[in-house]
Amino acid sequence: MSRGKIRRPLPEVSADPRIAVSLTVNGEALTREVSVRTLLSDFLRHELGLTGTHVGCEHGVCGACTVMIDGVAARSCLTLAMQASGCRVRTIESVAAEDGTLHPLQEAFRDCHALQCGYCTPGFIMNILSHFESGEPVDLSEEGIRDVLSGNLCRCTGYQGIVAAYRQAAARLALR
Amino acid sequence: MKPSLFEYAAPRKLDEAVALLAGDPSAMVLAGGQSLVPALNLRLAAPGRLVDIQHVEGLHALSVANGWISVGAMVRHRTLELSPEVQRANPLIRAAMAHVAHIPIRTRGTVVGSLCHADAAAEMPMLLVLMDGSVVAQGPQGRREIAADAFFQFHLTTARAPDEIVVEARFPVLPPGTGWAFEEFARRRGDYALAAVGALIRRRRGGPHAVALAACGIASRPVRLRLAEKILAENDFSEAALHAAAEAARDSVTAPDDAHATTAYRRHLLAGLLRRAVAAALSRAQ
Repeated sequence: MSRGKIRRPLPEVSADPRIAVSLTVNGEALTREVSVRTLLSDFLRHELGLTGTHVGCEHGVCGACTVMIDGVAARSCLTLAMQASGCRVRTIESVAAEDGTLHPLQEAFRDCHALQCGYCTPGFIMNILSHFESGEPVDLSEEGIRDVLSGNLCRCTGYQGIVAAYRQAAARLALR
Repeated sequence: MKPSLFEYAAPRKLDEAVALLAGDPSAMVLAGGQSLVPALNLRLAAPGRLVDIQHVEGLHALSVANGWISVGAMVRHRTLELSPEVQRANPLIRAAMAHVAHIPIRTRGTVVGSLCHADAAAEMPMLLVLMDGSVVAQGPQGRREIAADAFFQFHLTTARAPDEIVVEARFPVLPPGTGWAFEEFARRRGDYALAAVGALIRRRRGGPHAVALAACGIASRPVRLRLAEKILAENDFSEAALHAAAEAARDSVTAPDDAHATTAYRRHLLAGLLRRAVAAALSRAQ
């Protein structure tokens, strides 16, 4: 039976082709040599130590890994690091001010109890922020907000607080 | 949940991309990656070579001319969805695209990529079939145009040869006065359709009217509901005709029972969605 066939030991060092990727992360231009199969989420976390970008499902369903690529929200787990070469990537680490002052959207999440365990929060923040910064009209109806939020899953709060935080932040940022 | 080993290439020229694709029988084209990267992560796909076409010249164009909307292979969903020119030329496109996954997927995923992935429950392939659109494929032997009906063969299977790259999709500009509608039922927002119906209706004095109806999520590929089209075109959208068309459409459902819905439930859904879509399209037709 082929199932029981003893295989050769796996190599201890991966034979992955490696390639240089140059991109801008949170305003800083950098170049790193990585395996071609490195996902952007792993690149941010493992290569750059930016562990604020969370990895949930790794197949594009949960939205926890959402970052901005050239200003628009995108799944970092569905993007190879190489695909972001030459792009401007923004992660949750860039949202609060240098001195730790929270962004109005982060404040709104805190004020409205829009997070509990916090695992999904960076993805929600980056998704909503990209929407706020897109220049497109911001639809503050329940339906409009839920459409934007639909790409992110939260398993603690039940979304009511997140919808409220979205409204509070939009009001504070004078968006309409 | 990491991709298996592959060789990566990011050519700048289309002929280089085609040669790279032809050079490895297991090679795959990477555009936006929103269907392929999950498949890589789950190791459902394990190509020996990935040909990333994002830097290939000439694939980023979106234009409306001579009655056709031409969508280059690297045009992202969101670009097509938000284009005011496309909205004027064919408003059904934006209405249907609201159902394609979520915004952060649409910002990266490409229209042509979705067509080539050819999920039988996906919206974009159904739109192309509904509108009698086409794709243009480039291979080592040259360029050919493939009509939507011939392109989609089976779930995740198209007429594209392994060494061809689809460089463009063509959706028609709707004639003035055309009524349009897109009705979908999915369990959660952004999911693939359990069933969806697209409708285009142009009334003609004295009949028969021009009626196009298509559905996805109900068979192994997106399908035109030809019998329902004929019944409505020849019977002036009477209540009896609507009933007969909805009943006729039920037979188009061939998807077997699955974890999400039974065949009987999908038949029920399709009949209801068809009636809603026809009513909405009629309300917009002049």
